Amino acid sequence: MLKMQDVSKVYRTDLIETHALRNFSLEVKSGQFVAVSGPSGSGKTTFLNVAGLLETFDTGIYELDGQDVSRLSDDARSRMRNEKIGFIFQSFNLIPDLDVYDNVDVPLRYRRMKAAERNQRITKALELVGLASRTKHMPSQLSGGQQQRVAIARAIAGDPALILADEPTGNLDSLMARQVMDLLEQINEMGTTIILVTHDPELARRAQRNIHVVDGLVIDSAPYERRLGADERAGAGGSMPA
Amino acid sequence: MLRYYLRLSLKSLRRTPGLTALMVCAIALGIAACIVTLTVYHAMSGNPIWWKNNVLYAVTMDSWGADEPHDPQHPTLAPPQLTYTDATALLRSSIPQRKAIMTQMDGMLSGAPGQTVPMQALTRATTKDFFAMFDVPFEYGGAWGGNDLDALPEIVLGKRANDTLFGGTDSVGRTILWNNNRFRVVGVLRDWQPLPRFYDVVDGAFEPPEDAYVPFSWITTLRSVPSGNMDCHTSVAISNYQQLLGSECVWIEMWAQLPSAARRERFRAYVDSYWAAQRRAGRFPRPLNNHLTNVSQWLQVNGVVSSDSRILLRVAFAFLAVCLLNTVGILLTKFLRGAPIVGVRRALGASRRQIFLQHLVEVAVVSIAGGVLGLALGAAGLVGVRAIYAQDSAYGLLAHFDPLGVAWALALAALSTLAAGFYPAWSIGRLPPAGYLRGR
Repeated sequence: MLKMQDVSKVYRTDLIETHALRNFSLEVKSGQFVAVSGPSGSGKTTFLNVAGLLETFDTGIYELDGQDVSRLSDDARSRMRNEKIGFIFQSFNLIPDLDVYDNVDVPLRYRRMKAAERNQRITKALELVGLASRTKHMPSQLSGGQQQRVAIARAIAGDPALILADEPTGNLDSLMARQVMDLLEQINEMGTTIILVTHDPELARRAQRNIHVVDGLVIDSAPYERRLGADERAGAGGSMPA
Repeated sequence: MLRYYLRLSLKSLRRTPGLTALMVCAIALGIAACIVTLTVYHAMSGNPIWWKNNVLYAVTMDSWGADEPHDPQHPTLAPPQLTYTDATALLRSSIPQRKAIMTQMDGMLSGAPGQTVPMQALTRATTKDFFAMFDVPFEYGGAWGGNDLDALPEIVLGKRANDTLFGGTDSVGRTILWNNNRFRVVGVLRDWQPLPRFYDVVDGAFEPPEDAYVPFSWITTLRSVPSGNMDCHTSVAISNYQQLLGSECVWIEMWAQLPSAARRERFRAYVDSYWAAQRRAGRFPRPLNNHLTNVSQWLQVNGVVSSDSRILLRVAFAFLAVCLLNTVGILLTKFLRGAPIVGVRRALGASRRQIFLQHLVEVAVVSIAGGVLGLALGAAGLVGVRAIYAQDSAYGLLAHFDPLGVAWALALAALSTLAAGFYPAWSIGRLPPAGYLRGR
């Protein structure tokens, strides 16, 4: 699904150069649930932006769904983002003056889908996240957890092959965080590849693989058994730190 | 997608009502200032008979005295009018397809059925080709016929006079008194008001239309003294009408219809040979300075468009530019404030082009709102001009909306605002989405 080889990304100013990614190599297979963790400033978000085609990189090779994306035009990158990638952000990033329905509609609009198909997809996505009855609500009328579920519905409405989630539970309390994680797992079980950036070890443990990033380098890529993660959660009384 | 962008634009504009109002008002004020000045300028500088621009020529001849030119500020120009001697001599030429001499008269119309008070009637004394040359539209009848210098006592009424005296009915064949002399009505004009009044800029390019037209030969028959401009370069006292006709005073305008270059050259040669013959006879002490001037050049050399109007027009456009620059600033601020949302849209798959178009539609909505408000303010401004210059027929007549003016205003609003909004819309589309997502 995603293959990065020796990808480097340097932010330059007049005074300093910051190496956000250094020879970053990673392969994520289709259907995997991967957690990327690491300390602040380690390059997690840069990785996610590069992986999500929101930023370009300086050197290396990046293939998404078998296609080399390094030489794609901005239009082609936008189209690829729209069709293959769903984003979930820590601060939800819902558009404040659009209601729930219209927020989920945004990526479908850019795909120029017909109204009937858009409606079908939006309804299905909102049903999956349990918000089918809130279509006319504005984001400000929803709780944080509900807003994140709308964001998840927006991410999956276009039926992407890959979901990139940047600290999706960072702004939620533990109960809501668990609901969101459950939802992500459910989506993953339906075959969607998920890459989750987090510095919460408990969340990372729920993924199949845990990628540890330090100073823009992949330090560790140890696989986790999902069963084991589930057992550990059960041993901890089912609670999850916020 | 256009409908979607339109919906987003309206939402976005509603989100920041203060900024939106500021932009719309800035554009509207700039547009309104331009509408008012453009309307007046357009009316002043327009050629009301452009389709005959290179066919109609004002005929001038430098008959002025030796001491100084007719217009010391423009020494190369001949006097804009001719003497009676020269005008009637040139009128005899058969070279022009049509030709007319004319002067302005004061007149009184009386004797209409039921008329108790005479009607003051600005009158043009002219020759019969005047109407055909200048494409003057008739409601009833037509021009008088016969010989130019020996016409029958026939009169053509303007629309206002016919409405006043005959209630707008067909008065052709009726008899009326012009300055107490009996004339038969042969024609009634439709509403005809060329602005500027190109055929007689000397007596006022923005004067109201004439109420009556009488054969030129009749003013000499009736010994009527013209009321229009008369310039004399000699100080010889004129004590009788015959002296006036034989004097070197200029008071008659002459126009010739010369549709081909060959005909034009032949007539120019005719005028020059007449001038040479007169010079040999002791007249025309100044060098040869005869001109055939087409309509647009005629308006130009006679300074119909004042330099004040041109300066005012430049000031109005400068004001519009300032308003648009402010709008650019406000649009940039507004769009940059919405950059995080643009970042989200880009992440969800919007291309730069789609973001650009979305914002351009928003600019177009602002532009239309500004244009419509500007149009309303412009109309109010023109009403104001009419009110201020109520006593001055020129500006009073000019300050009205015409369809062309409205089209100009709307085009100006749309083009200028879209041009102003292009850069902000383009800029917002170029923003790197990741940076704004991080900040959100």
